[in-house]
Amino acid sequence: MILRCLIVLLGFNLITLIFNLSKTTSSKDNLISYLLFILVTLALGFLLTKVRKANKINSNIQTASALTWKKLKRNKNAVFGLIIIIILVYISILAPFIMPHDPLEMNWGKTTQKPSLEHWFGTDEFGRDIFSRAIYGVRIALGIGLLAVVLNTLLGTFLGLIAGYYGGRVDNLIMRAIEMWNSIPFILMAIALIAALGSGLLNLILVVSITGIMQFARVIRSSVLGIKKADYVLAAKVMGIPDRQIIIRHILPNCIAPIIVLATLRIGEMILTIAGLSFLGLGIQPPMPALGSMLSSGQQYISENLMMSIVPGTMILLIVFAFNLLGDGLRDALDSKLSN
Amino acid sequence: MLNYILRRLLILIPILIFISLFIFVIMKLTPGDPALVLLGERATEQALKQTRIKYGLDQPLHIQYFKMMENFLKGDLKSINYKENVISVIINRLPATLELGATALVIAILVSIPAGIISAIKRNSLFDYFSMSIALLGISIPVFYTGIILMYIFAVKLNWLPASGYGGHIWTKEGFKYFILPAVSLSFVLMASTTRLTRSSILEVIQEDYIRTARAKGVKEKSVILIHAFKNALVPIVTNIGNQVAGIFAGAVLTETVFAWPGVGRLAVNAIFRRDEPLVFGCVIFLSAVYVIVNLIVDLVYTLINPQITYE
Repeated sequence: MILRCLIVLLGFNLITLIFNLSKTTSSKDNLISYLLFILVTLALGFLLTKVRKANKINSNIQTASALTWKKLKRNKNAVFGLIIIIILVYISILAPFIMPHDPLEMNWGKTTQKPSLEHWFGTDEFGRDIFSRAIYGVRIALGIGLLAVVLNTLLGTFLGLIAGYYGGRVDNLIMRAIEMWNSIPFILMAIALIAALGSGLLNLILVVSITGIMQFARVIRSSVLGIKKADYVLAAKVMGIPDRQIIIRHILPNCIAPIIVLATLRIGEMILTIAGLSFLGLGIQPPMPALGSMLSSGQQYISENLMMSIVPGTMILLIVFAFNLLGDGLRDALDSKLSN
Repeated sequence: MLNYILRRLLILIPILIFISLFIFVIMKLTPGDPALVLLGERATEQALKQTRIKYGLDQPLHIQYFKMMENFLKGDLKSINYKENVISVIINRLPATLELGATALVIAILVSIPAGIISAIKRNSLFDYFSMSIALLGISIPVFYTGIILMYIFAVKLNWLPASGYGGHIWTKEGFKYFILPAVSLSFVLMASTTRLTRSSILEVIQEDYIRTARAKGVKEKSVILIHAFKNALVPIVTNIGNQVAGIFAGAVLTETVFAWPGVGRLAVNAIFRRDEPLVFGCVIFLSAVYVIVNLIVDLVYTLINPQITYE
């Protein structure tokens, strides 16, 4: 059922894409949105067919991923979180088409208005449409959050693998360095770094992605320490397989579960951090609509228009909440040690 | 034990040296001339030169670093903005931050540990679902959003409490009013994770054999939970609270900004914005030292609650 819906959606989208291209009015932004939409939809469809096939072939023999999916499906909270995330991802990809107004368009005649038919959530202090700004803000927050988490995961996993596999002096060096790094209060370090590097999107992603490496590296390291002693790793070593291949072929696949769980839970934290930095005026710079800075101006106009704070605040809450629900569910499904 | 404490305190020295070097490099990388920021755009070349000489900004970098370090250790590193000793500027702001943090922590502990224990005992009850949902909400909500909502309800609409600012120490009647909103919004975040952790670690402990033994012996359920289970579930809870104390300083930067609270967090942020290099240097070293010492205290508390853990 869901699959058919997706195919219909995709088909509809392709038609509008061709239609739009023939008009040659679509901007680069729109084209990227279309491509992302198709990519995400295809990926979802692919996953769904895989799950279906796995269910059909044989219900007695189950692969690890099928089992995990089954456990996850039983967890209502996690499914709820997943659905919210999928909806939010689609909303943010299709933001240029959903937005009823330009998020940057000012209107001095209509400042701090209450919700109306024209402006669903009212307008802010410059007369900009809050609904459009919030949607665009979600797009930016999700984009930066996901990118930062990918970087963070790569870095943390790499350090954890090296520290755990080689042990000894390398391990000591990496762990001490990370400990020192971690003893500077993060938000101060981020503020200082952004002040030094300048506040661009790229710098923001870089600074946010180096936080919490400690936690990541530690967990990965401890699971590597366990896996390292397994017979198949020993066998691989005796056979003379180079370290690099042992790590990639034998160790990494066995660390996937904690990596997925940690990464999912971290997305929420990262989005909170980015919002916090934007709230302080250091994250995404105006006039780009960022949820954090929308809240900050919402506070200034708190007695004029409460919608200015409620809409962006609830959006942040919703994103982080959904990722936390999914992360908790994944932890219960994947990691029997951590679940209760 | 004493040996261990001494060794941990000695490790503090290289850590703080590393941090001071790090923050110094960051400050020097920051574009803009501190003298220009201080005097304004229209300052004459002569005045700029004099200011640079006055604060030692014209010297090579390594000499600047050693000078800053030496002054800081001697206790006469002066803030550019406040024209005062960095340490005394920080100490002046410290009570506000400490009182706020401690109040929030106490509220969080008083609410979250009982809530977590009840949720664990009455698993899958209405109370459990309710408190777990609130806790999940708590870890997902930004601290400044909680602050703004509380401010709107209690200060703007009901007009019961002052919206922001600091009215004196918490034990004075006037000051207490100013404490309620920031302390509650800061504690909400702390509460959430402690409740979740208390629940899960009690649930884990309850399955152990010694709990069954205690129950079989006919020990009252109340003391089974409070004495046998809770005491053994305490290690992860204390770890979490220790991490929270460090988190309070991070959360305090945002909470202090929302409520215009004159604390150390906001002082540090403003110092970075105003390019007050000595003050940034002092704040970061001071806050990092607090963080490291809190971690040490947490490690020592472990030995009190779990005799199996010893430090050599």
